[in-house]
Amino acid sequence: MTPIAMDTGALVRGLYCILPEMVVIGTAILVLLADLLLPEEGKKRLCHLSVAGVAAAILSALWLGPGKIEGFSGMIVHDGMGLFFTLTILAAALLTLMMATGYSEWEGTQKGEFYALILLSTSGMLFMAEGTDLMTVFLGLETLSIPIYCLVGFHRGRMRSLEGAMKYFLLGAFSSGFFLYGIALMYAAAGTTRIPVIASMMRDARLYGNPVFLAGIGLLLVGFAFKVSLVPFHMWTPDAYEGAPTLVTAFMGAAVKAAAFAALLRVVLLTFPAILPAMSGVLWVLAALTMTVGNFSALLQNNMKRMLAYSSIAHAGYILVGLTAGGVAGGQAVLFYVLVYAFMNLGAFGVIMLVAQREDDGYDIDNFAGIGFRYPVLGGLLSLFLVSLAGIPPTAGFVGKFYLFGAAVRSGYVGLAVLGVLNSAVSVYYYLRPVVSMYMAPAPEGIPVPRPPRSAFSFALCASAAAVLLLGVMPASALEFAERSVLSLLM
Amino acid sequence: MTLDKFLVVAAALFCCGLYTVMTRRNAVAVLMGVELILNAANINFVAFSHFLSRVMGGQIFAVFVIVLAAAEAAVALAIFLRLFATTGTVEVDTADQLKG
Amino acid sequence: MVSGVLDYLWLVPAFPLLGVILNGVLALIAERPFLLKEAGLPPPGGSHGHPSRGNSHATEAPGSHGSGASGPHSAPVYRNVVAFLAPGAVGASFVVALLCVLSLAARPPEGRTFVQILFPWIQSGSFLAPVGFQLDPLSSVMALVVTGVGFLIHVYSVGYMSHERAFARYFVYLNLFMFAMLMLVLANNYLLMFVGWEGVGLCSYLLIGYWYEKQSASDAGKKAFIVNRIGDFGFLLGVFLIFWTFGSVSFTDVFARIPLLRDSGVLTAGMATAITLLLFLGATGKSAQIPLYVWLPDAMEGPTPVSALIHAATMVTAGVYMVARSSALFLLSPDAMSVVAVIGAATAIFSATIGICQTDIKRVLAYSTVSQLGYMFLACGVGAFAAGIFHLMTHAFFKALLFLGSGSVIHALSGEQDMRKMGGVRRYLPVTFVTMFAATLAISGIPGLSGFFSKDEILWQSFSSPHGSPALWFVGALAAGITAFYMFRLVFLTFYGGSRMDPEVEKHVHESPWTMTVPLSILAVLSVAGGWVGIPASLGGDNRFEEWLAPVFRSVAAAGAHGAATGAHPSVSLEFGLMGISVGVALAGIGIAYFLYRLRTSKPAEIARRVPALYDLVYHKYYVDEIYEWAVVRRVVDGSVWLWQMFDALFIDGIVNGIADGVRSAGDRVRRLQAGIVGGYAFSLLAGAVLLVGYILYRSMVP
Repeated sequence: MTPIAMDTGALVRGLYCILPEMVVIGTAILVLLADLLLPEEGKKRLCHLSVAGVAAAILSALWLGPGKIEGFSGMIVHDGMGLFFTLTILAAALLTLMMATGYSEWEGTQKGEFYALILLSTSGMLFMAEGTDLMTVFLGLETLSIPIYCLVGFHRGRMRSLEGAMKYFLLGAFSSGFFLYGIALMYAAAGTTRIPVIASMMRDARLYGNPVFLAGIGLLLVGFAFKVSLVPFHMWTPDAYEGAPTLVTAFMGAAVKAAAFAALLRVVLLTFPAILPAMSGVLWVLAALTMTVGNFSALLQNNMKRMLAYSSIAHAGYILVGLTAGGVAGGQAVLFYVLVYAFMNLGAFGVIMLVAQREDDGYDIDNFAGIGFRYPVLGGLLSLFLVSLAGIPPTAGFVGKFYLFGAAVRSGYVGLAVLGVLNSAVSVYYYLRPVVSMYMAPAPEGIPVPRPPRSAFSFALCASAAAVLLLGVMPASALEFAERSVLSLLM
Repeated sequence: MTLDKFLVVAAALFCCGLYTVMTRRNAVAVLMGVELILNAANINFVAFSHFLSRVMGGQIFAVFVIVLAAAEAAVALAIFLRLFATTGTVEVDTADQLKG
Repeated sequence: MVSGVLDYLWLVPAFPLLGVILNGVLALIAERPFLLKEAGLPPPGGSHGHPSRGNSHATEAPGSHGSGASGPHSAPVYRNVVAFLAPGAVGASFVVALLCVLSLAARPPEGRTFVQILFPWIQSGSFLAPVGFQLDPLSSVMALVVTGVGFLIHVYSVGYMSHERAFARYFVYLNLFMFAMLMLVLANNYLLMFVGWEGVGLCSYLLIGYWYEKQSASDAGKKAFIVNRIGDFGFLLGVFLIFWTFGSVSFTDVFARIPLLRDSGVLTAGMATAITLLLFLGATGKSAQIPLYVWLPDAMEGPTPVSALIHAATMVTAGVYMVARSSALFLLSPDAMSVVAVIGAATAIFSATIGICQTDIKRVLAYSTVSQLGYMFLACGVGAFAAGIFHLMTHAFFKALLFLGSGSVIHALSGEQDMRKMGGVRRYLPVTFVTMFAATLAISGIPGLSGFFSKDEILWQSFSSPHGSPALWFVGALAAGITAFYMFRLVFLTFYGGSRMDPEVEKHVHESPWTMTVPLSILAVLSVAGGWVGIPASLGGDNRFEEWLAPVFRSVAAAGAHGAATGAHPSVSLEFGLMGISVGVALAGIGIAYFLYRLRTSKPAEIARRVPALYDLVYHKYYVDEIYEWAVVRRVVDGSVWLWQMFDALFIDGIVNGIADGVRSAGDRVRRLQAGIVGGYAFSLLAGAVLLVGYILYRSMVP
């Protein structure tokens, strides 16, 4: 065998293209090293270091800009859509790490590996969002999942944390198997795993009529459906969300979902139009089931974390409505909603983290009785985030839902849009329950005193609130960015 | 040897994996079932790469997957170990606090 | 074009928003620590991050504690500031609105549409929904009514709420409501209108539940919110369809494109019916029409000025405004028009009959409001949009007055709302009595007062318009008679006869302070004279009101297929005849009320005994709440329990067991499969995967 010539130029270009990922990974390694050197009382510096690293990654992503840069012979691409999701994921990671300033102190996660795991998982998400090869997507998926398994079980002494981790791991690995097997079948039929190449071959009836390929794409969809928790692949979600340390739950809801939707969107927008009749039926049913089961299950929850877990399932259903609609309008709506969801979800979890005094029963809805008037800033913030999740104007949640359902109507899925609007009408009920409890239930004796937030924590909450309001009142530029990103993908 | 035979073996292995995951209660055994599924995919990758495609892509993927499976197993065993230390068992159905 | 004062239109909603912010700051830094101290709780102090700066200032807040010793109601300084700021903000926005309307009136009738775009809100491709305001004759009427009546009610509230602890919080909500309501009426597109629509709903919810310690109040708030969501769902779907059909959501674009789209066949009658019926569903929620009226009577749990402002004068009329605004669309669909007219007429008579048996003074007024809103929809349904808006305006005057008057009575009687425990109050409350009596005459349709002109215009149109029919007129006239009856019943029970008050209460009865009686008097003048702007031609007037609105509805009529919206007057003598009949019916209603509640006061109970079943039916509001509870609420709860348990029970226990039993015989293995909970989850995953892949293969392979 002849040695393969080393193309230094290509390597440098490839590394340039994954600059944000490298910054994040570099920070993770730095954090682990610093953990060895820092004394016990200086551990909070680790958190500051991570925040700085993610901020640097955001800057590097912005520096790369929205232009298309391919790396590693097309296995990964930094394009407009990649940039949009990179920024969304990094913003979620940044807010999570800012909240960690307080949370780690209270819940004993002030450890180097905690931050390193969050950062490594973030890097996996970025790979997934920018991967244009199914293998890159799979590697990204695993790189993000394995640290998350650890993070879910990070509270080693808490039975529920371990149980959540075990369930999430077993089912996650199981679904990864489907995912990988699906890729293998698609590879068998198409001879390649490069998404754009597969997309260009889709016009050929020999490919989209090939049962091996179709089974492959079906299994791939199962893998994605698991990660974004679509019904009936959602059953791990409430357990893992409830068991995980709340900060991790918030991170999972915001960032993992964004990454998985990024990759799914790439696959769907590029390859599905050719096999639309079969696929739109599947997506339609999944979206309808997910919204309905998610919302109705959330109605009866008394634990805030669990309720928000079911709410995140329902939101995956709303986003899937946009995917079903497809096209530029659908893609734009999905991008925008993923961004908005990251903020409102992180914000809501951030507030309940402060109010609940302890994991597990601290998140009972009764614990929120009467805090509205006593702690007006917290009460107001939580109400804002819940109102946005319910999709009531003038918050970002409303604009996002309007775009999702509007795209569905435009593509002729009026029935799905009706179902979506009906579902969000139902959802108001459970989003309202905490608000009612906060403002209209008499405060019990010994009303819980929320934890004093650190300044970075307060900043993260206020930034989320500002984003939710700003994207609700002046969403034009974000929507335009989303539209250009989708166009850059489809060109 | 033809491609078909590899595919049949891989499919059989995939089904064995599924069966193991569905029927075993021991978490470690479930993990082994998952590994079987991953390896079934690996066989596919290597076989397709050998018979159909000029480039080595598929075989390299298999190497990646093996590494990932190892990492996954490490994390899994860590979680199971903690579970064993807490409850004294790694039967998956003893963990049922989270539900509803 | 030089718009002059119109360029300041944005100030109209901006002033209340400023009020929200300033009062909100006061509520946070001054009122909250004071309330906490009163409740015996320590202020949250430095342990809490954000507000700590405010606290350190406010715990010193002075007057609050020092003078607190002298009496529970002595007002700290900040209350005076709030009492000035909140009505001031609304007053300022009334002045700006008035100047804008005057400047609009100076233009020629065709040019009376002014649109001010502040900034693009949602924009993508050709789709644009800006934050923009539109002032035309229709929205100017609404803006003046909202700010004018709103200002009076704010002033009244200062007096009425003076004993309340959470004084600043109340005015924050009230100002927020004004802001949302003005967004609703001034919006230049459906989407922004929806923002206001949701906003007023939210404020209504907050204000109904203002006394949240009362369980019934917080339940009523929830009920209002949830029922309204059903309507909002219709509204939003209607907006989607409008956007889909017209490619725009701004009023001017949509209405301008109607002729083109109708001629090109894009806009079919079916589509117009779908759009308008969905919009009307929204209107039935907000404006409390059958079948979604159930929340409004319960909404009376809120403070009385709130009932006057939100649940009588302004918010509940939003549906009428929206229908009138969309009149061009409604005129395209005769079916939708008939639905609107029939629902309106049915609601008018249905809730009027309920009003007969209510004993709570505010509930009588609530059902009366529902009934009067029905009149307005009746007017819209027969194509007499101007008459509907006219009645909306006069109703805002006299119904606000009735509520404020009843508030004054309740205030004087230390919170008593049951009319059976009133009586003879007119001796103590002369101003309240006189003003309320004027309003009662107005709502009963006594000639010369505002209610007469507007109600008569509606009845006449429902008879003579091409969309009308004698049946609609008959129902309307009958409802008018019932209205006169129950309103005079209310007056007789409350103000006349011997006192049935608790002696303890009677000792403290007092006329209300000037902040309350002055608004009452102004509203009384408006209730009497407010109708004179719309005296019909047959009575020697020139109906300026209709003329003012004509540009809005004339362009509508030109766009619509059905000619002029206002029917030609076929015969003056017929009009006089019908007018005579409706006045006669009203007088008969008053006469019966006088007979039953002044002359033969034992008679009502006797009648109730004579027909117990009917009395029970009406007294219990036809059991509609109970039916809804059984048919809807129960079903939803059951349904969600079922769905929730579907995966637990059905998948894990049911299907897993079932399949396992079928497929495997070895009991040991069956037990293993069903026992593991993770196994159940994995099974759901596997089953989903099989179904999904199977479906894809099936759909693709089988043509």
